[in-house]
Amino acid sequence: MGWQIDPVVLTLVVFCAVGSLAIKDLLGAAIVFGAYSFMMCVLWAVMGAVDVAFTEASVGAGVSTVFMVAAVFRTTRRSKD
Amino acid sequence: MDQLMAVIAGKYNYWVYITLMMIGLYGMIAKNNLVKKIIGMSIFQTAIILFYVSLGFKHGATIPILRHGHGATQAAVRAVDYINPLPHVLMLTAIVVGVGTLGVALALAILIYKRYQTLEEDEILEKTLEE
Amino acid sequence: MRIIALVLVLLCGGLLIAGTVEFAPWGSPHARQQVYLSPYFIEHSMEDTSVPNIVTAVLADYRGYDTMYETAVIFTAGMACFFLLRCLKRMEPQERVYRHLVTGMVLHVKKPSVPKPPEGLFEEIDPLWTPYDIIIKTLGRFLIPPIQVFGLYVIAHGHHSPGGGFQGGVILGASVILLALCYDLRSEVERLRESLSGICSAAGVFIYAGVGALCLALGSNFLDYSALAPILRVDPVAARSLGIFFVEVGVGLAVMATMVAIYNNLASAGLYDQGL
Repeated sequence: MGWQIDPVVLTLVVFCAVGSLAIKDLLGAAIVFGAYSFMMCVLWAVMGAVDVAFTEASVGAGVSTVFMVAAVFRTTRRSKD
Repeated sequence: MDQLMAVIAGKYNYWVYITLMMIGLYGMIAKNNLVKKIIGMSIFQTAIILFYVSLGFKHGATIPILRHGHGATQAAVRAVDYINPLPHVLMLTAIVVGVGTLGVALALAILIYKRYQTLEEDEILEKTLEE
Repeated sequence: MRIIALVLVLLCGGLLIAGTVEFAPWGSPHARQQVYLSPYFIEHSMEDTSVPNIVTAVLADYRGYDTMYETAVIFTAGMACFFLLRCLKRMEPQERVYRHLVTGMVLHVKKPSVPKPPEGLFEEIDPLWTPYDIIIKTLGRFLIPPIQVFGLYVIAHGHHSPGGGFQGGVILGASVILLALCYDLRSEVERLRESLSGICSAAGVFIYAGVGALCLALGSNFLDYSALAPILRVDPVAARSLGIFFVEVGVGLAVMATMVAIYNNLASAGLYDQGL
């Protein structure tokens, strides 16, 4: 590895977490949550936990985001905070 | 000063993971919307999994899959060459249980919306007080 | 409320950071957690089970009891979604939308008393969802079989590469969810019926516990796969490897069926008439 990717991905993870809690549109929050899951997967792959990264990629960035979008579709997209 | 820098360089990873956990905890307590609370719960869960998986990391070690196949030498396996696999095993369980919990939480949110026509916590409390 | 939350969060965070004072620096191979149990697993898993992927060996063999209960938890989550959301009482929908297959003309029927148009000429589409798109349907038709083959590969190759039962099961479930997204929920439910997915998720847990009970019936401990050696006619080390494989198949089946069941219940809010 030429340069350390760890601090960059860590900052992205924190920004995605804060962003998904701050966005008022619930569909946008669900999509940013999917991006947060994917950044976690990259972090674990860099750390060498390949099984955990594979599981998080399929579960978090795949199925979990679809569940959230389905629930937002069935309830409402607006939120007050 | 040098010693402080060494301590920070060795431990700043743990501090960032704790910050992430606290972001998730704040989202669960302070946000009014139910879906935001569920997102906070999920952030908290993945941050804890990140903390555990990072406990098993060793500098200069490789992934916990042994070399095998045709022509691979049967060298003695030293534990210091491989990353600790035990946290990975426990966290695999945790991730899948987390997605199951997420599904049930979203089902509860859909039921609450069907009953009260809103997802904001203060409006739901008002409506339950009116009944 | 926010001030209380902020104070609480800062307090918890401060306590946790104060707790990291005793930790060894990140990544050191001499920390207390690296020397206790994992050197045994790393050094002896190949000669005990002949599975190169240490994580799979520990997950399904050394810690197989935890994994069995985790499969049961997944099954329980799927059942909880079913019990919470499913309305079995069929209500006739108020407005229906039909499309003529040849010309693409759309009929919007508002009164429930108007009879259904003939089946071969018209198809029913969802009132709430986006119109017909041929690109997504064709892409879905091409993508879904390779995804399923890849899911089966991931389950079978859990011994030699990152993967295993959970990952393969989730990929298989995601392929069925992709079918529901490209076409519509009704055609997906026709292909993988609700009763079949319920039976599959229970069958997965049953396979796992059944392998353990078989080992018990053959005279050894529960989930001790080396007792299967006389039945499979291999030596005990290879019997452990095959036992891990059977158990992973059970886990994959349970996880796939549960993901599909949770998606169906969430996307249609229990009514199973239209979804995402």
